[in-house]
Amino acid sequence: MVEQKLKVTLLTGRTIEQGVGKEKGKSSKEYFDACSMCYMDAGDMAKLGIKNNTNVLVTTANGSVVLKAVKYPRAATPGLIYIPYGPWANAVCSHATTSIGMPSFKGTPAEVEPAPTKKVLTIEELLKTEFGR
Amino acid sequence: MTELLIKNGFVFDPLNKVNGEKMDIAVKNGKIVEKVNEHKAKIIDAAGLTVMPGGVDIHTHIAGGEVNTGRMVRPEDHVKDAVRKTALTRSGTGYSIPSTFVTGYRYSQMGYTTVMNPSMAPLEAKHTHEELNDIPLLDKATYPLIGDWWFVLEYLRKGDLEECARHVAWMLQTTKGYAIKIVNPGGLESWGFGRNVHSIDDQVPNFCITPREIMVGLAKVNKMLNLPHTIHLHTNNLGLPGNYTTTLDTMKALESVPSDGKPNMHITHLQFSSFGGDGWGNMRSAAEEISKYINTHSHVTADMGQVIFTDTTTMTADGPFEYTLYQLSGHKWVNSDVETETSGGIIPFHYKKNNAVNATQWSIALELALLIEDPWKIYMTTDHPNGGPFFAYPKIIAWLTSRKARMATLKKCHKKAQKKSLLPSIKRELSLYELAIVTRAGQAKALGLTNKGHLGVGADADIAIYDVNPETTDIARKYKAVRKAFGNAAYTIKDGRVVVKDGEVVQNVDGRTIWLDVQTAEPCRIDEQMKNKFREYWSVDYANYPVYDHYVKVKDPITIQASV
Amino acid sequence: MSIVQSVTCPICGCLCDDIELTIENNEVVKVKNGCAICEAKFLGYRGHHRIKTPLIRKDGKLVPVSMDEAVHAAAEVLANANYPILYGWSSTSSEAQRIGVELTEEVGGVMDNTAVVCHGPSILGVQEVGIPTCTLGQIRHRADLIIYWGCDPWSAHPRHLERYTSFAEGRFEKSEWKAYMQKLKAQAGKKKVQSATRSGLIKTQPPRASSCTLPGAPPSALSKRGRKLIVIDVRKSMSAEMADFFIQVEPNKDYELMQAIRVLIKDGELDVDKVAGVPVEYLKEVADALVNCEFGVIFFGMGLTQTAGKFRNIEVAISLVRDLNMRTKFLIMPMRGHFNVTGANVVSAWQSGYPYGVDFSLGYPRYNPGETTCMDVLIKDEHDATLVIAADPGANFPKKAVQNMVKHPLIVIDPHMNATAMLGDIVFPAAFVGIEVEGTAYRMDHVPLPLKKVVEPPEGIYSDEEILRRILEEVRIIKKQKAQQKVEAT
Repeated sequence: MVEQKLKVTLLTGRTIEQGVGKEKGKSSKEYFDACSMCYMDAGDMAKLGIKNNTNVLVTTANGSVVLKAVKYPRAATPGLIYIPYGPWANAVCSHATTSIGMPSFKGTPAEVEPAPTKKVLTIEELLKTEFGR
Repeated sequence: MTELLIKNGFVFDPLNKVNGEKMDIAVKNGKIVEKVNEHKAKIIDAAGLTVMPGGVDIHTHIAGGEVNTGRMVRPEDHVKDAVRKTALTRSGTGYSIPSTFVTGYRYSQMGYTTVMNPSMAPLEAKHTHEELNDIPLLDKATYPLIGDWWFVLEYLRKGDLEECARHVAWMLQTTKGYAIKIVNPGGLESWGFGRNVHSIDDQVPNFCITPREIMVGLAKVNKMLNLPHTIHLHTNNLGLPGNYTTTLDTMKALESVPSDGKPNMHITHLQFSSFGGDGWGNMRSAAEEISKYINTHSHVTADMGQVIFTDTTTMTADGPFEYTLYQLSGHKWVNSDVETETSGGIIPFHYKKNNAVNATQWSIALELALLIEDPWKIYMTTDHPNGGPFFAYPKIIAWLTSRKARMATLKKCHKKAQKKSLLPSIKRELSLYELAIVTRAGQAKALGLTNKGHLGVGADADIAIYDVNPETTDIARKYKAVRKAFGNAAYTIKDGRVVVKDGEVVQNVDGRTIWLDVQTAEPCRIDEQMKNKFREYWSVDYANYPVYDHYVKVKDPITIQASV
Repeated sequence: MSIVQSVTCPICGCLCDDIELTIENNEVVKVKNGCAICEAKFLGYRGHHRIKTPLIRKDGKLVPVSMDEAVHAAAEVLANANYPILYGWSSTSSEAQRIGVELTEEVGGVMDNTAVVCHGPSILGVQEVGIPTCTLGQIRHRADLIIYWGCDPWSAHPRHLERYTSFAEGRFEKSEWKAYMQKLKAQAGKKKVQSATRSGLIKTQPPRASSCTLPGAPPSALSKRGRKLIVIDVRKSMSAEMADFFIQVEPNKDYELMQAIRVLIKDGELDVDKVAGVPVEYLKEVADALVNCEFGVIFFGMGLTQTAGKFRNIEVAISLVRDLNMRTKFLIMPMRGHFNVTGANVVSAWQSGYPYGVDFSLGYPRYNPGETTCMDVLIKDEHDATLVIAADPGANFPKKAVQNMVKHPLIVIDPHMNATAMLGDIVFPAAFVGIEVEGTAYRMDHVPLPLKKVVEPPEGIYSDEEILRRILEEVRIIKKQKAQQKVEAT
């Protein structure tokens, strides 16, 4: 049965593509491709009835962001989504520092829903939308 | 540069055999001179004051990886001792491991002008030098740890002393170091796999060599290289009950290295190597046995490693010893082994009067300083911060010069320690002349720093003036006044410039970094083979290993001609 | 054309210092020995994302200005600020960091570095229980058990395995590279091996062969001879593919897992079948491997510091290592990210006593993570100006922090037009440390390494050090003028 929304745990972190992209430049295509996406479990994608490379809307208590969903290639990770570090990830992850200075970049509860018609914002568009600059 | 004339002080300059004579000291261009033009020179009226050469510290952990890790892991140590920024000075923190600027200020406030950082992992030498650059007001030098360096172990094992000497010379140059530092020889390599050596004749695993062979070999190398200081040794079994026999064995072992009646070894923080007993329950002072040996032999010098009753931080390259302390205390524990070279560890430690072992340690250091008859053989240190922070020196000065002062402290100590202490039987009280030996002249002599520790013509104009009038003050009775005076120099003069007045920093100058540029007849070959070996042994490239000149802010290399 | 050897790579905490660069016409044209990220930086740093002149935001747009104008504007902001944040510091030299502390002290601000969002919790953990650690060469020579916990070196520190751990040749322990290749061969056939060998392990997609043992398969991999590699993570990362044993822990449950292992290595019993999603029988295998090794090491990353528990995870990881030292030699090390984030901690500590999150507003250093850390100051909107250097919080901080950051004047010093620079009010172009200017950086194990200058910076582009020094001088002039005006007014 296809579901409208899926409750997941959001992780953020490094990928080598993100590493290469950040060195190429934050407005480079490499950085955009590497960071404006999220890895999802193939089974979870099936549950939402979406194919590889479909856009999804990820929502947490902190906000929403449109990302391209990519099938996680190596193993099953049901219930997890993984967004590489970057402004797209930071649009949704938690700023709670639990009084020790460190935001909660990993393990945030999130919801994913298909958004095939919504556009993934470029870094310029994203900054403009969020910070007005 | 301004000329300076210090008039009418009571001068204590033991290297020139000046004992409290009222005389003038003239300074020009940063050096002591015969005389200056009295009309042009700035006059310091030192009438009624004590004038000494600037203090010299032969062993104080003030800079580098280990020290800084100590700073990082102990915010609770800093929070009680914050230092404000002023128009002249930088902010910072103490307590037991002060930040770099504060280290410079506090030493200078006590009239010290030259300090030796005794423990530097060669691989991290750049770090040590970067920190030394940020320690103002003092001349500094640092000793690379090479007693467990694989090159040393291998060349000594082969019996190739000459090649060993060439590599040691290379290491001193490369790390801009001043002396051969040996810590728990063989024990640090063993610690790589969590083991240790327990006597000077134990085999070091994988290297077929003994601590005895390492120490004797490096003492010979030291001599071949004509280094100004002797080997600087932290003994095996340090800090363990009964270790005085190891210390005696070590001193006896070094008798085999000819020394022409001069020292060929310096045992540092001797207190920690002078424990009797065979367990913590019956641990006792072995100061009597150790001092007896030193009194009858001429090849050993030592420093005290005085314990101060306070919360401090122990840090040493002796990784296995710090592990022992960790097992005893359960406190936060840092271990930091360095590939191919050495190890290290840190444990915060609170020495308490009501702890029999701590109180005995406190007593041992004083017993050693007082029972070793010749003050040229034992110097005042706390092994900062191991025994306590260096700015407790005025307390030690009081204990050394006043029986009343030390008995007042002993009275507050654990009963067991009081009963066993040798202090009640010791009447000796150091004079200001002897004090000048154990706090500057003796240390400068042991280090072979010919321009330091005295006020003869040509010496560096590093001078300390204290508000103590030896004619009117009985220092043995007025120990509180002495403590205050030595904690707040009336003047500290660095290279002819007044940097401290009445215990306050009044001028900020950079000190120099001293190192040895050892010239061997045939230099250490840096060929492809050596570079390959480098890649095999270390995780950095050969080209990135040396401390290049730009890492030292104010350079003062001393060129040494080796006899090899 | 010239070839420069032994270049230190200014990217990650590995600080590989064996990079060989070919320079032609003041440009890097070839990179040898580097990983993919290294190549991207040395070959791509000149790209069109470079900031070319100082910029100031006028009427909502960043417009070019002179260096003097930018320096004066920045100094005005800082000199007049009551509680400025000076943040970043991790991708610059320790020489620049030194001036940074002095500048922060002068303006009475908060100095914080990127450790706050990576290994800040590790530092807090270390301040609780210490840390038994070593330099990386020690691991290369001696470690027969290597654990990566909550980190993915293949992605974030690509040459870590090759230079320092499993695939490095040591004096007492040998490289597992050949054995790994043989395993691949057996599992994946000749073709894939050829491709992996030809391209080097790290520059292309790694072989897809399932070379590790997942929970569910027999854990015999842990009884093999030679170096063993265990990866513990919430997902099967690239590094996990190479491991002899992979443990998949449920998110936010690393703390439980570590406590369970602590029980097991003390020969305790667990009354459950699974901990954090991992069968206890496999944990027992792991516990055996831990106590039976000669020299073990745990590397850990953001998988521990950024998840539930944060610094408590580190504290318990270190406690596990402390416990293990009762049985064998065991050490632990954080996988530091930016190439000189370690240096930022080191320099801050030697000058102020504290490694990060240092508040100078009272005239002396204060440190209270959760209060004096950059993230908290931003979230509570307590600051009134920000200087960002050698970091990109605009991209890497949670939204709310950035929203508050741009409410007040924002000064940015960076070579690239990164997200923070796009948001900045005063932007300085900086030369690349380790390419265009020299300096010093501290490797993840605190080993200092020199950074080389291999090409000239573009004209009119200064080093971080120089820019900071000029701002500091200008701040002092402005403060002096203000003090004079005050005197005259009275």
